[in-house]
Formats: sequence, structure tokens, C-alpha cells
Amino acid sequence: MSSTVGTAPEIKPFHVEIPEEQIDDLRRRIGTMRWPTKELVDDRSQGVQLATIQELARYWANDYDFARIEARLNALPQFITEIDGLDIHFIHVRSKHEDALPLIMTHGWPGSVMELLETVGPLTDPTAHGGDAEDAFDLVLPSLPGYGFSAEPTEVGWDFGHMARAWAELMNRLGYTRYVAQGGDLGAIVSDVMGRQAPEGLLGIHMNLLVTTLGAPVPPPGDTEEERAALDAIATFTTSGFGYFLEQSTRPQTIGYALLDSPVALAAWLLDHDTDSYYKISSAFVDGKPSGNLTRDNILDNITLYWLTGTGASAARPYWELGRAQALAAGQAPPEVSLPVGFTTFPGEIFQAPRSWVEQSYPNLTYYNKGDKGGHFAAWEEPELFSDEVRAAFRSLR
Amino acid sequence: MSSVETAIEIRPFHVDVPDEALEDLRRRIAATNWPEKETVADQSQGVPLAVIQKLARYWMTDYDWRTCQATLNAFPQFVTEIDGLDVHFLHVRSQHEDALPLIVNHGWPGSIIEQLKIVNRLTDPAAHGGDAADAFHVVIPSMPGYGFSGKPTSTGWGPERMGRAWAELMQRLGYSRYVAQGGDWGAFVVDQMGLQAPAGLLAIHTNMPATVPADVDKASLAGEPPPAGLSTEEQRAYEQLIRTYGQVEYARMMAARPQTLYGIADSPVGLAAWLLDHNDADGQPAAAVVAALDRPSSDTGELTRDEVLDNITLYWLTNTGVSASRLYWEYKGGFFNAKGVSIPVAVTVFPAEQYQAPRTWAEQAYPNLIYFNDVDRGGHFAAWEQPELFSAELRAAFRSLRTNGGSS
Repeated sequence: MSSTVGTAPEIKPFHVEIPEEQIDDLRRRIGTMRWPTKELVDDRSQGVQLATIQELARYWANDYDFARIEARLNALPQFITEIDGLDIHFIHVRSKHEDALPLIMTHGWPGSVMELLETVGPLTDPTAHGGDAEDAFDLVLPSLPGYGFSAEPTEVGWDFGHMARAWAELMNRLGYTRYVAQGGDLGAIVSDVMGRQAPEGLLGIHMNLLVTTLGAPVPPPGDTEEERAALDAIATFTTSGFGYFLEQSTRPQTIGYALLDSPVALAAWLLDHDTDSYYKISSAFVDGKPSGNLTRDNILDNITLYWLTGTGASAARPYWELGRAQALAAGQAPPEVSLPVGFTTFPGEIFQAPRSWVEQSYPNLTYYNKGDKGGHFAAWEEPELFSDEVRAAFRSLR
Repeated sequence: MSSVETAIEIRPFHVDVPDEALEDLRRRIAATNWPEKETVADQSQGVPLAVIQKLARYWMTDYDWRTCQATLNAFPQFVTEIDGLDVHFLHVRSQHEDALPLIVNHGWPGSIIEQLKIVNRLTDPAAHGGDAADAFHVVIPSMPGYGFSGKPTSTGWGPERMGRAWAELMQRLGYSRYVAQGGDWGAFVVDQMGLQAPAGLLAIHTNMPATVPADVDKASLAGEPPPAGLSTEEQRAYEQLIRTYGQVEYARMMAARPQTLYGIADSPVGLAAWLLDHNDADGQPAAAVVAALDRPSSDTGELTRDEVLDNITLYWLTNTGVSASRLYWEYKGGFFNAKGVSIPVAVTVFPAEQYQAPRTWAEQAYPNLIYFNDVDRGGHFAAWEQPELFSAELRAAFRSLRTNGGSS
């Protein structure tokens, strides 16, 4: 990558250290939260419900263990390296198995590396998790620019194409000459773009969100019942569940002021993604019934990371960059993905991507499956099942 | 009407904010945790950090709510329960007994603060270069969920219901012949009043008229090319609509997820940024409001920094950021499309409004158009930006109703 010429490709070990004052300030802010009145409806149709967020705030201030983030992250090898002028934070866990397949896996919004932590064991050490040694991965989990402990871009241009090139550089810098990439949500966009850029060494990609159909200029076909159901689900999402997308893609700075200043506002903003995950998370707090690994503590690990790193606004900006990149592309179709593609659709996802649509987007589809459980945050919610999918998707590439 | 069997008491109201509320506000502004600067050199990512930080410094140190409170309390204010909800309003009677009763509706992100400078100009025109014959008795209600009105606890308080409530309010005040005025959400409310045509409503005046013909409305909302045959003025309006629809994500957000905006209840700076980010024809945030942030005072009644903060502070002190946002959720109708109002309508077109309604469209949309004027200055917040001109427009707009035996 030309722009790295002249910069030091140093890879520095990284440890999370959170000053106690930051925790005290966070607790104090939660304690002084000023609440609006209750929503006027009995469901999530006006946004995150007051009872849900109040219970989250209560648990966050009183019961949540703020040492969790340090403990969980510092248990894994973490590093920082500067790519294209920006410090990129990543977790890098090598498998004990010699011929493990290197995998770079990318989180999304409103997530972070926290959503992927429970997959580290199954992917790098499959034999300890009911898998085979030949399915082992060397795992790289970067934090997107503007997310977590990666630095925030201070100027425009860190769009998904830029991130994809940076990930190729990262894998190159780590000495991986043959590797695969995986992602959901924004991570699926990054992985998709990596597939289109096809950097040397990238063998294939796996995704768990069909990003080619969200916001596509020409909607995918609705010929079968399955396709029509998917179209309906997309329509529901883009008409009612899309507020965060509209705001972040146009006015990330404006909403950023509230997200940086009010931890409860940040928590509500991060909870208000898709219907399935919202109700699962709400149930974890209000009814004490988590779905899979979407527990109160895991949810709060992610929210607390956003708060402590002050990344509410910077994490919103890639959505704004998406619009800029589309304008710059001026309607020019991106190159096709000719690399092998694996895809898993999970039942709680925003829409169930039919195989027909996935094949249309990725003619070289080498793996397609429907997961039994899990939703938009499949890796977070069902890490074992998710890891099975990643193993199966990439088995033919070893 | 639902007021039957409910108390129709009209209680005097005074604003009295406790010191602790003001101290808490200053403390919160001082403790603001800021994001990094936007990554652009313009306003395309939202309210710029430098703009909001400068405003926050002034808000925290020199701004004085008590001045605004005194201004409000200099006007007779009341609360009355309508349809189960406490409605707050200013009610200023002209010294001229035969003045024409007028109800004026504010919008979002506004409040009654937008209209304070027009009150005396309308009730006492002779003292402001006008004619005593043009005097109004002025009623300025706070919309449900706004300012000192109650916050609805169930759904249904959209513009239609507000229109019916305002008719009830005017009746309760003893006005049997009156007119109504509005911009922004107030324009939606007066259009609904026009459709409802309650007994006694003589006419409406709107400074955000809904005139767009169905085919142009459809094309502009879809971002499609305009229908053939538009005049130069109509073509300009179409292009202004396209621009506007690219600047209303704040409205779409509030229409979809008002409750998720917890930050505008908890963070004064978060609230201020949210309220500042409404567009006008010259920018988002509105150029007229951004310009006001550098205007400490004005002899001609132009919008000032203190007035912008009066409005934001009112939202803060009444904790109405979220309740005000719910109005967007309530409303499922069209925006600028012609609604079919057949009672007399007066229109003033301000140049920096979302779009400049062509007279041709206004005549189609409002077949009983009694007044139409294009003025040379002022924008989306016309009453706030140009109170003198705005007041002159209202006098002119409704004059024919008086000479034709309007009020007596």
C-alpha cells in the first residue's frame, strides 16, 4: 500500500487501562439522568422504551462490573499499528495449530470487538469447543476507524473502500499471505468491498448480512414466497426502524453531542437497531431472560466501551462516508466479487436473504446456509453456532 | 365536544423557574463531554463543534433566563384544560374593543417565544406605525407537549386534534368570529382548522402554505424529474422542494423514533444542537438562526442570540425535547401538498422559507385565496426574524374581512 511508505509499520502491544475517574464520572452521569416522559405506545414503535432503558441504567450504575472490559480485552493479545496515518487497534490470537487459516473478522455498528470475543475460543481452538483441529483459524479482530480503541479519523475519506484496503495492509503486515475475511453489519460491507478489491492473498469471504440489497438502486426480485417475505422485512426496516441510519448518514455531528454527553442517551441509541435484537436485549434487562449470549453484562460491555472511548459521533460517521462514497462513485457499478463467497442467514436477521438473492450478488457462492438460531448480532448471540458456520464456510478453501 | 362535563376553568399562569433548575442547567453545560470536531469544514455533518461550543459558553456564563421570564410574565398567560390536557396560552386583548381575534400557532423547533415580538405590534398597531383599525386580540397557545402545555400521555394529539382544540379555546374565550395563523407545524394546524371550518373561523393565514399540486408533490418526494410545463416560478419551487427533502432527516428521525432521543432530555448541549439543526432555504442549520448567534441585540426586531437561547432554554426547563418530537410521529399525512381548504386563506411567501409557493399553485390549492404576497426578506421563522414585516402582513392579509363586515 503506497501510503504506508515512509511510515513506521510498527506493531505495538496494547493494554486497556481505564482511569477510575472515568468510571466515577460515568456513574455520576447515569445517576443524574434526566428522563423524558414515557412513550405513548406499548411497543418499540416510538423508540427505546422508558422501562427498558431505566432498567438498563439502574443495572449499569448499581450492578455492572466496570472492570469487565479491561479484564476481557486484556486477556487477549491486543495491538496498535498505524495504517494510513491512523492508529488501528486489533486483537490478534494465533491458533496453536500450525496450519490454521488466517481470518480477519470485522464488527459493525452498534457493535465493536466486544461482540466477537466469544468466538475467539471456538475459532482459534476448535478442539476445545467440539470442533476439529483442521478448522482452526489465526484470528484478527480489528476495531473500525472511529470505534473502540482505534483512532478517530480527523478528515473525510475513511469510507469502506479505505477500511478494506487498510485491512489488507494489516494482514500483509502481520505476515499473512493467504487469508479470509468475515463480517456482519458494517463488517459485511468491509468484507464485501475486500472481495471486490480482491487484494493479493485474500482467498474468500463470508458474510452474515446481504449488504448488496439494502439500499440497492434496483430492488431484488420478489418472485418466490421467500423473496417476498424478505422484501417485506426490508420494507418494514427501512420505513420504521431506520431512524439511526437516516440521522447518522446525514447529521452524525448533531446527534453526536447528545451521545457524548449523556451515557443513557448513548445506551438508548445503541439499543435502537433492529426489532429482533431490541426485544431480545430488552428482555434481558426487563425480564432477566437473555437470548443466548446477549446478556446484560455483554450488552453493557459494548455500550461502556463506546462511552469510555467517546466514540458515539465518530462511529456514526462511516454512515455519512457511505453517502459521500456513493456520490463520488456517481452511479458506477463496483467490480464484481469473483472470489469464493460464503453466506449464512440467521433467523432473527433484519431479513432472511434467499439463496437466489445471494447468488445474484455473488455468482461464486461456495457456501450458503440458514442458521437455526441467532439474529443480527449472530456472533455475539450464538458464538458457537456462528463459529460452526465460519468453519463450514471456509472449509473448502483450506 | 369533549369539553362538555370537563372543567372549563381558565387559570392565570405565571412562569416561575426555581433557581435550582437554572443552576442545574449551568452545571450540566459546564460538565459537557464533547465529541471531536466534525471531519469537514462546513455544516454537512451537522452543527459544527465551534458553533455549539461558542453558544454553550455564552449560555453558561452570560445568558439570563430571568429576562425572558419577565418578558413572558409581562403578558397575560393562562392554562385551561381542553380534551383532557392542560393548554397554556398567551392572551393579550387589544385596547380596541372591536379588534379582530387571532390565534397564532408556533412550530418546531419553536415555541411561543417565536411570537413574542409580534404581540404588541398586533394588539396596538397605532404604536407601531400601523392603523388602529388593524388591531387584533391575540391568542398564542403552546402546542400539546410544548412549553408550558401538558404533555400528552396517549397517542392522538396531531394537527387535526390541535385544530379542534384551538376552536374550542377561542370559543371558550368568547370569540365567535376569529382568524387563525401559523407557520411550520402551525401551518399544518391552521390548514386542519381550515378543513374543519369550525363556526366562527373567518379565515386563515399561513406563512408555510401547502400548495403543491399532486403530480409535483409525488415527483418531488420521489426525487423524480418534475412534470412538464412548469413555469419558471414553479420550476424554482420544485427545485426548492427537492433541496428541502434532502434536509429533513431530523424530521424523519423524530417521525420514526422520538423516544430514542433520550439525550435531548439529559444533555442541554445535545438539546441545543438538535434544535439548531433545522434548515431554512439558506442552510442547515438555518442561516437566519446561525446569523442570530452573532447578533447580541437588534433595534429592528431581528432575531438575536438571546432569543435563540430563550427558546432552547424553554425546551430545557420544561423538559419537552422528546414530547415535542412526538408530534412528528403522530402525523402521517403529506407535507406541502394541497389539502383542500375551501374557507378564505391568506398567504405570505417569505424568500428563505422551505419553498416559495408560486401564486399559481396557491390559487389552485386555496380556491378562496383572499390575499397573496411575496415579501423580500424573512424565512422559515418569519415572525421571529422579521416581526415588523410579519405583523404588517397579518394586518394586510385580514383587512378585507373587516371592511366586508368582519368584526364589529
